[in-house]
Amino acid sequence: MSQSYLTSVLIWLPIGGAILIWLLPLSRYATGSLALLISFAEVGFWIRQAAHFDFAQSGLQMSQQANWFGDLGVSYHVGVYAFSLWLVGLTVVGMAACTAYGFWVGRDRARAYFGLMLLLTGATVGVFEAQDLVLFYAFFEAMLIPLYVLIGVWGGARRMEATVKFVIYTMAGSLLMLAAIVVYGLQAGTFDLVDGPQSGSRWLFLGFMVAFVIKAPLFPFHGWLPDAYRQAPPEVAAALSGVIAKAGLYGMLRIAITKFPDPTVFYRTTVLALAAAALVYGSLLAFRSPDFRGVVAYSSLAQSGLIALGLFAGTDLGFDGAVLQMVAHGLISISLFLIAGAVERRTTTGEFRLLGGMARGRPALATLLMTVGIISLAVPGSASFAGEFLILGGVFQRAWWWAAIGGGAIVLAAMYMLRLISAVLHEARGSTVSDEALDLRPGELALVVPLVAGLLFLSAWPAGISSHSFFGPSPAAAVRSQFK
Amino acid sequence: VIDTPPIDWFGLSPMLTLAGAAFLALLCAVLVPRGVRRVASASISAVGFVAGIVLAVWLYVDSADGHTIVAGAFYRDRWTALGQIILCAIGVATTLLAFEHIPAWSRDADVARRDDHVAEFFALLLASAAGMVFFVGAANLMVLFLSLEWFSIALYVMCAIDYNLEGSLEAGLKYLVVGSFGAGALLFGSALVYGATGKISYDGIATAIRSQGLTGDTFVVVGIALIIVGLGFKMSAAPFHMWTPDVYEGAPTTVTSWMASATKVAALLLTFRVMTTAFPQNQHLWGWAFAIIATISLVIGNFAALVQRNVKRILAYSAIAQAGFLLIGLSTGSALGGRALMYYLIPYSAAAFGSFAILAARERELGVPVTLDNLAGFGWERPFLGVAMWFFVFGFAGLPLGGGFVGKFYVFAAAYQHGWVWLVIVGVLATLVSLYYYLAIVRAMYMRPSEELQLRPGGGVAVTGGAPAQETFLHLAVGAALVVSVGSLFAVQPLIDLARDAASALPL
Repeated sequence: MSQSYLTSVLIWLPIGGAILIWLLPLSRYATGSLALLISFAEVGFWIRQAAHFDFAQSGLQMSQQANWFGDLGVSYHVGVYAFSLWLVGLTVVGMAACTAYGFWVGRDRARAYFGLMLLLTGATVGVFEAQDLVLFYAFFEAMLIPLYVLIGVWGGARRMEATVKFVIYTMAGSLLMLAAIVVYGLQAGTFDLVDGPQSGSRWLFLGFMVAFVIKAPLFPFHGWLPDAYRQAPPEVAAALSGVIAKAGLYGMLRIAITKFPDPTVFYRTTVLALAAAALVYGSLLAFRSPDFRGVVAYSSLAQSGLIALGLFAGTDLGFDGAVLQMVAHGLISISLFLIAGAVERRTTTGEFRLLGGMARGRPALATLLMTVGIISLAVPGSASFAGEFLILGGVFQRAWWWAAIGGGAIVLAAMYMLRLISAVLHEARGSTVSDEALDLRPGELALVVPLVAGLLFLSAWPAGISSHSFFGPSPAAAVRSQFK
Repeated sequence: VIDTPPIDWFGLSPMLTLAGAAFLALLCAVLVPRGVRRVASASISAVGFVAGIVLAVWLYVDSADGHTIVAGAFYRDRWTALGQIILCAIGVATTLLAFEHIPAWSRDADVARRDDHVAEFFALLLASAAGMVFFVGAANLMVLFLSLEWFSIALYVMCAIDYNLEGSLEAGLKYLVVGSFGAGALLFGSALVYGATGKISYDGIATAIRSQGLTGDTFVVVGIALIIVGLGFKMSAAPFHMWTPDVYEGAPTTVTSWMASATKVAALLLTFRVMTTAFPQNQHLWGWAFAIIATISLVIGNFAALVQRNVKRILAYSAIAQAGFLLIGLSTGSALGGRALMYYLIPYSAAAFGSFAILAARERELGVPVTLDNLAGFGWERPFLGVAMWFFVFGFAGLPLGGGFVGKFYVFAAAYQHGWVWLVIVGVLATLVSLYYYLAIVRAMYMRPSEELQLRPGGGVAVTGGAPAQETFLHLAVGAALVVSVGSLFAVQPLIDLARDAASALPL
């Protein structure tokens, strides 16, 4: 493929941009503009990549490979499949919105901040494009470093506990994955994801899965989630739940399920049970949560459970729905966190008992929150309705009661999302909501509206993703054949 | 009449150069006027180390077929040469650091007498380096012991060179006492091995053990154990580590930088060679011994570091823990393990040197020992040093910001290939524990406002009585360490090729 340079450009452009920003002594405004420019260039390169992607062709596309350390069979090998293409798209679009939000609110220490946001973008794209286990691991870990500093420096009052918990949790999983990677790669003689053989080892499967269920997260590995999402700056929480968490789910699809078919079958019920528990428990907690971000955080836990349900159903519908839902939930979650940030900036709080009545005189805020909320609770015709429907259909083919649990949880989703909307927009006016609290400004609209437009587009044409994620008529068969 | 053996002067040239430079630097102390003494002796030191690198590179290229020289006393091969290159490179960086930071900056220091012993310091630095480059090539137990004492004695004095500084004398004395104990154990072990085999050269010992079936001989086994103890002291592996935190803390930070990087390189490279060359028949013994020492080092180093507040002590315990990781590669005794060890030492020594050098800069600002509390805000005040520290500690932690990540990967691969999955698990868990205190350093530098600090940053300026120091040479040294540490993540293949060629000189 002649366009294969795009794969590497998407990874290294933001990383190079980050280094450039750290080196150049630019003003805050110039730094933010440069970072934003690079983010938009990323989106442009991704559109070019998508335009040149051949959905009628199987196997890895736009791949690039170079030796890294050959004696162990480790190489720099990147490329995209159809489903990774969508996740890369989610990353570049989402991160552009988050970077723009940071610019809009004028984060202090601008050079450090924007450099780290770009570094995060590059590392996350790297996770979705890496086709070598060691490279995958390197990017997987590299995401953690900017996140740690972004939360620790620009976060809320209890950011220290949040960062320590977040990093220790995540690293506990990743390091077990590193052990599993060493064993898998040396047994196979290569660390390449494309050439690597399938393995029947349950221990290795568990080693990989620990990392992914913590990152996603699934119940009961979500201990880091509420603190991290509440203490992070809103745009970082958005990136974390909308984009980074998807790396865990992507890992399940790309590595755990694909490379370990027999252990996947063996542990299917266990993982499905954890996923269902995350879905129900997350939804219940979201319903009980006293603040805006708490609802979005726990609903992310629930959605991760739902997507894992689709992935581990192991059926055609489940895989299609999971990829669609990853993108749809990513966009929803980023929009909601950015709106939460906008609300907090106006009222200094996200607590429901201090909020309320914001719809009056603020039509743009009300409309956007309402639209995203309604898409998020999977009203028929919305993108997440399509995704959830496919997932539930897929898991129904496995056993009816999984679908019943999932269906029940969707009712809960409606409950917590409507509670959120009414607590912020309607009801009596909250004590912190003053008349001076403005409607969304044009800058904020420019961030959120494109995300919502993307959601509406997906609502109109969910098959754009769900039918274009795997080669051939059967995603399950594509997974079995390792996407070759 | 004793026959004089033919001497390969070129093979000995790196240590001869360094010893000669040490001699010149010592002359500086008496012949050069005080005003230019610092510049003159530092220049001699830098030139000496650069010449050492050039000669060692030349030897590396020229010694594809390794052999012993000077009547079997010394190895001229690529393992030696690569070790010498690394040591001399650390020497250059240490010279840059020492130029501005010897003696250490403290509130009690007598500014007027700063240049009193600077030339002696460079002489000792060069002498210890000469001892180390001799040590890594030692081919028999006698040369091993002599060169070990050679560089150790230089180091004892270097630790105590700031004799008006609280802690420096104590560090020197402590290192002397404990180090002598280690040296005694090594000598005793060597004597036992000599008694059993009648040989002192490594390959002679190996041949004797093989041909006379001495694998289970009590003298040989106890001798190996004592040699391991003696070398364990030098590489500061637990349970032979108790001197490490006190000496690293008390010694001038420049000396700590040098010891934490160079001594460890020399001790580990030599140990790998002694064990694989002299005692291949006993690999089941020393392999297990080092695996257990590695485990103890990882546990003690990491857990003890968790409760420290003094950053030098944290990094000292981290150095103990890192010795554990390096020993994982060593304990396998395989070609892959040797390659892993050699590779890992490159980013490790760069990061160890660089992190202590950064502490030296902070000490100069504050004039007091650096703790997690008074590190607050450092990352924002000194962006370059802050970012470099960030890279170093995350590299120690095995995050993919530097070659430390690949080094860990290699030692784990070596352990797995050896069939020791448990050692991989131990390493993984130890890494997890270590994250807490590595993150604490980053947290202290970036996430706490410097207003929390009771001491005003720049407090050290009052001591020197001038404008804030530019510290150009310190920045150069840290920059070089950063380039090596990060570059080794990208240039893995060339470095591994070098390490493989070096390890091919060993009978693996």
